[in-house]
Amino acid sequence: MSVIETAPAFDLPGVDGRNHSLEEYADATVLVLVQSCNHCPYVIAWEGRINALQREYADRGVKIVALSSNDPDAYPADSFDRMVEHARDAGYVIDYLYDESQDVARALGSERTPEVFVYDADRRLVYHGAVDDNREEDQATAHYLRDAIEAALGGETPAVTDTPAVGCTVKWRS
Amino acid sequence: MRTIELYFWAGCPSHPEAEELLREILVERGIEDPIRRREIFTHEDAVANAFPGSPTIRIDGRDVDPEGAHTPPSLSCRIYRFPDGRVSPIPSRQQLEEALS
Repeated sequence: MSVIETAPAFDLPGVDGRNHSLEEYADATVLVLVQSCNHCPYVIAWEGRINALQREYADRGVKIVALSSNDPDAYPADSFDRMVEHARDAGYVIDYLYDESQDVARALGSERTPEVFVYDADRRLVYHGAVDDNREEDQATAHYLRDAIEAALGGETPAVTDTPAVGCTVKWRS
Repeated sequence: MRTIELYFWAGCPSHPEAEELLREILVERGIEDPIRRREIFTHEDAVANAFPGSPTIRIDGRDVDPEGAHTPPSLSCRIYRFPDGRVSPIPSRQQLEEALS
């Protein structure tokens, strides 16, 4: 599966009870999509950092949107109801959307959770991959997502544009 | 002689790191018992082996994280919760050391 270079269209239910579409985020200077889920320990390890980046960059027009596409029949912990609970318990300030059909995950070319896709103002992909280089926050030395956001805000290409996402596999429907 | 088993599912990337930590502790303690690697391929395998996620390490049949051992079997990455609140995809050094003592 390969990653596409432009943000895919979507219109998905969020844990806030509303639907959210790509068009809704048109005003965002930088849009970050995060393939995510509830049950994965790698997501749990990184979600606090992702949430913190949203807080830090909200005033600069950055919007971070997580989506879960995992099959809840095989992985009940990733059901929509559990997504609502997870977002509440983890204090999400990011939007968290349910990609039940898995169409958005397929369009993105997602393979792992978490896996980030950073789009500039023209919704061109400027970075894809891991949040940073270590699941232990105090040991991370390369901050790929932060650097990509900063580059995109400055209208530049990040020094690193692609890294391997480290995490659980997306749980595809059989 | 201990029976040291490492159950893993290749869809989760954490087992090499867990195995490396386990080997490191075995060497430090002069334990020469082999690690028996048990790969889980299917959900049926997971059920048959009461596999709560990858990786799962058992010493003489006892899970190194007994509290997490009763999670329903599935092909997924296992969550290890540490006393300080952190979450990890592999057991802690302390859990492994205690299980081997």
